Amino acid sequence: MMKTWIAFSSILMKDMRSYYLKPPNISWGLIFPIAWTLMFFLRSPVPVQVRDLLSGVMALSILFGTTSMLAVTITFERKSRSFERLLLAPISLNILMLAKTSGAIVFGIINAFIPVIFAGFLTDLSGINWILVLGSVILIAITSTFLGLFIAVSVSQVFEAQTFSNFFRFPMLFLCGLFIPLESLPLFIRPLSYALPLTYGADILKTAIIGNGVIAVPLSFLMLIVFSITLFAYSTYNVNRKWIL
Amino acid sequence: MKIIEAENLKKNYNGFTAVDGVNFHLNRGEIFGFLGPNGAGKTTTINMLTGMAKITEGTVKLMGVDYTRNAKKAQALMGIVPDESNLYEELTGWENLVFCGALYGMEKILREQRATQLLEQFGLAEAANKSFKAYSKGMKRKLTIAAGIIHQPEILFLDEPTTGIDVAFARQIRNLILKLHGKGTTIFLTTHYIEEAERLCERVAFIVQGKIVREGTVDELMKETQEDNIVQFTLGGDFSNIREEMERHFIDYSFMSGKNSGVSVRTPGPVSLFPLVRFFEEKNMPVYEAKIIRPSLEEVFVKVTGIELQKMQDGQNQGPGKGPKGGRRS
Repeated sequence: MMKTWIAFSSILMKDMRSYYLKPPNISWGLIFPIAWTLMFFLRSPVPVQVRDLLSGVMALSILFGTTSMLAVTITFERKSRSFERLLLAPISLNILMLAKTSGAIVFGIINAFIPVIFAGFLTDLSGINWILVLGSVILIAITSTFLGLFIAVSVSQVFEAQTFSNFFRFPMLFLCGLFIPLESLPLFIRPLSYALPLTYGADILKTAIIGNGVIAVPLSFLMLIVFSITLFAYSTYNVNRKWIL
Repeated sequence: MKIIEAENLKKNYNGFTAVDGVNFHLNRGEIFGFLGPNGAGKTTTINMLTGMAKITEGTVKLMGVDYTRNAKKAQALMGIVPDESNLYEELTGWENLVFCGALYGMEKILREQRATQLLEQFGLAEAANKSFKAYSKGMKRKLTIAAGIIHQPEILFLDEPTTGIDVAFARQIRNLILKLHGKGTTIFLTTHYIEEAERLCERVAFIVQGKIVREGTVDELMKETQEDNIVQFTLGGDFSNIREEMERHFIDYSFMSGKNSGVSVRTPGPVSLFPLVRFFEEKNMPVYEAKIIRPSLEEVFVKVTGIELQKMQDGQNQGPGKGPKGGRRS
C-alpha cells in the first residue's frame, strides 16, 4: 500500500512540475477566463452581469484546460515511449491511470477558481452556495479529465489529440445550456444536450451561483459520477487492449 | 536454480505468429543471450516476459510462480531496459533515476542515495544535473540501464543494449553488464551482435522466425564447429561478383561475406590456401590478407540458421560498436 502511494504521488508530482505548473499553462489559466468574459461584454447588445457569466466561464475553463492537457501529455509520452516505463511499474493499471489523471484534475480545479478571483474584484459574490460550486467543479474536472483520457487512448498522434478534443468540446460549448438555455434549444437537439456531461456540471454551477438551474441537483451529481466511471473504465479497458498488446 | 521458465510461449498478432512455441529457462545469476536477426521475435519475447505483451499461449514462471496472466505480480522483481532510451527528456539524469525508484515504491532517502551511487558507478556523476535531452546517445543508454537497476531487481532484461551507439560507449556498457553479473544479477540479453553474445553470455538461444533453433552454453554450441576449418580473406574487390562462380568451382566449401570486401571460407577438411588464392587472382581480385581463424559463435549461428552476419545487421543504423576481437569470457 505504501509502495503504491509512493508511486502514485511521484507520478502526480512529476506531472504537475513537468506539465501543469509550466508558465504557458499558468498564463493559459489566467488569459482564458479574461478572454471569455471580455468576449461576452463586447458582443452582448445588452448589459451583462459578471455573476451571470461566472458559471459558464468556470465550466469552460475546466473543460478546455483538462481535456487539452491530458490528451496531449499522454499522447506525447506514448510517442516518446516513456509511458511504457509506467506500464512496466509494479502498480495496477487503475492506480497508474488515476495518478496520470490526478494532475489534470487538480489543474482543472485551480483553473475554475481563477475566474472566481477575478469576479470577486468586479461584483458581489454573496449568496453563492460554495459547497455546491466546489462539488460541481470537482466533478466537472474529473469528468473532463477522463474525457481527455478517453481521447488520449483513442488517438496516436499529438495533433490528432487536439483535433479529436475539439470534436467533443465545441458541441458541448454550445449545447450544455450555458449560453443557450436548454429550454430554448430545438426539441430534436435536446437529447444530445442531455447526453453531454458538461450539461449537468454547468447546471449545478448555475443553480449554485445564480439559482436558475433546470435539472435536479442530485440527478446532475449522479450523472456526472456515471459519466466519470464510464469514461475511466472504458479508457483503462482500451489501454489494456490497445497498449498492452 | 531456475529464475524464469518459459514454456511453449506463443504470440500471435492478427494472424501473424511472432513467437512460435518457445521453451527456455534462465538460471539464477547467469547471462542468457537471445540471439537472432531483426524481426525474429526477440523483443516480442521480452515484452511477453515483462508484461508489455499478452501471451497468446504458454506459461511463464518467475521463481516457480506462474505470472502468465498477471505480470504485475512479477514486475517488482524485474528491471527492464528497452531497445530505445525512454526516460523523461525534461528531467535531469538524477531526477529520472529518483523518479524510476519511486515507481517501484522506494523510500525517498533510499532512492536518492541509490541514484547518486548509480550515477557515480556509470560515470555520469558530472551530468547528474543536466536534462536527459542534453545527453549523448551513449549516455542516454547508460542512464536507461541505471534506471533499470535502481530498485536492485532479481532479473534484468536488456533489449539490444549496444545497438546504435559508438564503440567506446558500447565497450563501457558491456563492462557494466559484466559488473552487474559479477554482483549476482541475472541478465536476459537480446542482441543481434553475435560477438557480443559470445563475449558476455554463458548460455545462448538462437531465435529465427519466432522459433528457437538452438540453445545451449556457448561452449556446447561451439563444439558444433570444432571440426570446421575457416579461412578469412581480405580482398581487393567485391566478392559478390564472383560468388556464384566460386561456389560452383569449390563445391565442398561454403562462403560467407564479411565486411569491407572480406570473405570467410569454411572447408570440411584441412584447408588448401593455394587454389583459393589463385582463383581470386585469376578473377583480378588481389588477396590482401588470408588468415585461418578459430570458429566462433558466428560460425555456429550461420551453420545452424543459414543466416549470414551481414544480413542480420541489415537495417541497422550503425555497427555493433565492437571492441578488439577475441577474449571470449569463459
